[in-house]
Amino acid sequence: MANLYTDFIGIKSPNPFWLASAPPTDKEVNVRRAFEAGWGGVVWKTLGSEGPPVVNVNGPRYGAIWGADRRLLGLNNIELITDRPLEINLREIKSVKRDYKDRAMIISLMVPCDEDSWRDILGHLEDTEADGVELNFGCPHGMAERGMGGAVGQVPEYIEMVTRWCKKHTRMPVIVKLTPNITDIRKPAEAAKRGGADAVSLINTINSITSVNLDSFAPEPMIDGKGTHGGYCGPAVKPIALNMVAEIARSRETYGLPISGIGGITTWRDAAEFMALGAGNVQVCTAAMTYGFKIVQEMISGLSQYMDEKGMVSTSELVGRAVPNVTDWQYLNLNYVTKAHISQDDCIKCGRCYAACEDTSHQAIAMGQDRTFTVKDDECVACNLCVNVCPVENCITMVELPKGAMDERTGRIVSGYANWTTHVNNPTATAAE
Amino acid sequence: MSNSPLTPGIVPDRLPSAAYARNFADVQPVFDRHEARVAADRCYFCFDAPCMTACPTSIDIPLFIRQISTGTAEAAAKTIFAQNILGGMCARVCPTEQLCEEVCVREVAEGKPVEIGRLQRFATDTLMAKGVHPFTRAAPTGKKVAVIGAGPAGLACAHRLAMKGHEVVIYERRAKPGGLNEYGIATYKTPNDFAQAEVNWLLKIGGISVLTGVELGRDVTLPDLQSEYDAVFLGIGLAGVNALRAAGEDLSGVRNAVDFIAELRQSDKMAVPVGRDVVVIGGGMTAVDAAVQSKLLGANSVTMVYRRGKDKMSASEYEQDHATQSGVRIIYNAAPVRVLGDTAVAGVEFAYTVEGAGGLELSQETFTLNADQVLKAIGQTLGAAPLAKDGSKLVLRQGMIWAGGDCAAGGEDLTVTAVAEGRDAAEAMHLALMA
Repeated sequence: MANLYTDFIGIKSPNPFWLASAPPTDKEVNVRRAFEAGWGGVVWKTLGSEGPPVVNVNGPRYGAIWGADRRLLGLNNIELITDRPLEINLREIKSVKRDYKDRAMIISLMVPCDEDSWRDILGHLEDTEADGVELNFGCPHGMAERGMGGAVGQVPEYIEMVTRWCKKHTRMPVIVKLTPNITDIRKPAEAAKRGGADAVSLINTINSITSVNLDSFAPEPMIDGKGTHGGYCGPAVKPIALNMVAEIARSRETYGLPISGIGGITTWRDAAEFMALGAGNVQVCTAAMTYGFKIVQEMISGLSQYMDEKGMVSTSELVGRAVPNVTDWQYLNLNYVTKAHISQDDCIKCGRCYAACEDTSHQAIAMGQDRTFTVKDDECVACNLCVNVCPVENCITMVELPKGAMDERTGRIVSGYANWTTHVNNPTATAAE
Repeated sequence: MSNSPLTPGIVPDRLPSAAYARNFADVQPVFDRHEARVAADRCYFCFDAPCMTACPTSIDIPLFIRQISTGTAEAAAKTIFAQNILGGMCARVCPTEQLCEEVCVREVAEGKPVEIGRLQRFATDTLMAKGVHPFTRAAPTGKKVAVIGAGPAGLACAHRLAMKGHEVVIYERRAKPGGLNEYGIATYKTPNDFAQAEVNWLLKIGGISVLTGVELGRDVTLPDLQSEYDAVFLGIGLAGVNALRAAGEDLSGVRNAVDFIAELRQSDKMAVPVGRDVVVIGGGMTAVDAAVQSKLLGANSVTMVYRRGKDKMSASEYEQDHATQSGVRIIYNAAPVRVLGDTAVAGVEFAYTVEGAGGLELSQETFTLNADQVLKAIGQTLGAAPLAKDGSKLVLRQGMIWAGGDCAAGGEDLTVTAVAEGRDAAEAMHLALMA
C-alpha cells in the first residue's frame, strides 16, 4: 500500500490530512479524538493575544445550504477565534503534542497588527513543542472589523510586514493563511513569500450570506432579527479554492512556494485534486463538522488505493502533477475539434440535452421519432453543456475529430496546434514566422 | 370476536376488533415533507415528458414535481387540479405502474420510476388539508346543464362547467355522490371517508347542486331533462354485471364482487360477513379488491381464478403482487364449469383453459375448490340505458347530450379516464352552449 507519510516544509505527518484551524480544533478533547481517528495533523483554532478572550454570539453561528436530501453543500459561520483563555489553550496544545509526537501540531494566530503583539504571542508558544504557526489573515467576519484577519489579508503590504515580524521572532515554520476575498490571489501569496513565509495555506472562508429568511426578512443565521455576513466553506467552495491554489502553483513569482490546500475537501478525491494542483497537503474542516472525524479513514484508504493504482509510492509524486497543464485561455489549441456523441444504448430519452441545446445553446441536437436524440455535427460547437446536463454518466461523450477530418460546422479541415496568439482575428497577434 | 377464520359459512366478526382498523388503514401513507423533497429530487424534468403524455388527463407532472421540490406543494396541487380536479383520488387509485410511472425514464433506465402517484398525493393532500379551493367561477352564463351520475366523469364535468359560469344540477341514483370512488374502490386505498371529503371540496367551486336518490329512467327521463336544461351529460357508469353462465350460479353465497365491495365501503368492517373459503372469479382490479378485502376481513382462504394467463390479466403486476402478498392465491388459466352445492355454495369446479384455434377453450383437466362464498368479477356492462344501442357503449355526443366515463365508448375504464372525458365534454359543451 502507498505510503501517505508527508513532509510539508519540514513538518512531518503520517498522512497529508490535517484538520484546519476551526471549531473542531478548539479543545484538547476534540483534538485527541481527531488524532485517535487518524488525522495526520491539526491546526489549532486561532489564538488571540493574552488577556480577556473574545466573546462569541449566543445565537446561531452557522448558516447552510443543502441538497435535496439535506446533504450539506455549503456552510457559513460567524464564529470568532478561540474564546478560551490563552493559557488553557497553550497547556492543552502541549499536553496533546506530548502524547502524539508523530502528528503535526500547528498553531493558528491572530493578533493586532503591531510587532509587539506578534512577538509576544510567538513567545508564548515556545514551550508548547508545536511544529509550526499559521497566520490567520483570512477570517472575513468579526475580527476583520477590528483590523485583524481578513482586513490584513486584503493588504499585501501588511501580509509581508507581519510575516517578516513572525519569521524574525520564531524559529518555527510560518504558514500564511490567505483570504479568497480579494481580486487576485497571487498578490497576497507573493507578499507572504517576500516576507519569508515557509508556505501559504488557502483558502480561508468566502464572505457570504447563505440565505434570507423570507418571513423575518433577515439573513441567516439570524441573531435577534439581524444577521451579518459570514465565512463560507464546504463542498460548494471547492472550485474557487482549486483555481486559487492553481494560480499560485503556476505563477512565476510564487512557483515552488509550498501550499497547504483548503476548501471543501470532503473525500480522498477532492484531496488528490488539490494535491495534483500543487498542494503539499490538505486541510479539512466542514466535512469533519458534517460527518465527524471518522471520515479521515475513507480519505486515507481512498488516496492509498488511487496511488497504488497509479503506481505512486509517495505523495510527492502526486503533488503538482496537474500544474503544467493549467494554462491561460490564449494558449488553448483552437484546432482541437470535438463533437458531442450520444450513445443510443445508454440514452434514457429524458430530453434534457435537447432542451438545453435548443433553448440555451446552439440548436445542435435533433429530436426524432420515439424520442431519439442525435447530435447535428454541422451545428455542434462542442460546448459540453449536453454532457453536463445529461443524468447518465458517459452517455454523451466528446469525440475528437482526427487531423485531416472536416469539421462539418465550419467546413475546415482539422489541422495542427494553433492558438489565439497567432489567430488571424486577433488584432494583437504575433506574426507566425 | 365471536367467530374465527375457521368458522364455516359466511359470517362477520372473524378477527379481533383491532385487526380491522389495522387491515383497512391507508395501504400507502402519504409522504412527509422530507420524503416528498427527496422523491421529487429524482425527477429529471424531462423535455416533452413521457409521463405527461401517458397521463389520460395530461397533468404537467415535471412541473408539479418541481413545485414540490421548491417547497410550494400548494402550487403543485393547482397544476394537478387544473387538469384533473379529482387528482386527489387519482393519486390513490390510478394504476400509475401502467401509466405515468411505467414510462418514466427512470423506470426505463433503472427499474425505479419517480414515485409520481405518491408525490401527487402529497401535493393534493397538502392543499386539500387547508380547505382551500384553488379555482373561482366565471360570471354566470345563464345556461343550465344536467349531469347524470355523480361519479368521476360527472363530477369532473360538473366542476369544469361550473368554472365556466354555467349552472349545474347533478342527479345521482345512490344515496351519496362519488360513484365508484365511494362504492367501488378498496377501502385501504381511500380510507377516512376521502371520497366524500373530496366531493365536498370539489363543490366549493359553487354553482353545482347534487340531487341524490334520483334515478334516470325511474325518477326522471331524458326527454324531461332535455326540455328543462340547455345540455345534458351522461356519466352513468356501468350498471350491469356479466353473468358466469355456469350451472349453480344462483346458489346462495354467490355474489357480484361490485356489490360486496360497495357494502364493505358503507359498513363497519367487523359487521361485514365473509366466507371461510372465498373464491373470486375474474382478473381485473375489482377481482383484486374483492379478494384482498375478503382476506382482510378474516377469510381463511381466498383464491382468485382467472381464465387466461398472468400477462393477460388486466390487474397490473403491482396489483397482483399486492394480492399475493396479502395472502390471496391466484390461479391462472382456469374457468368455472359449475358451482357446487345444494342450496348454498359448497365449492366450484374449474377446468384449465387452453388457447385453441377458435379462442379460449376448456380442457378436460378439472379441479374443485372448496368455497362457501363465490364473488363474481368478470366485467360490467352498460345494461339498459337511454341512447344505448345493443351491447355497445354510448357515443360521446348526440345533439346537446354528451357522455363520458365508463358508460361511454373509448378509453379504458379508469377513474382518470373518466375525469378526462368529463372535463373534455364540459369544454365541448361550453363551446356549444356559448356558440
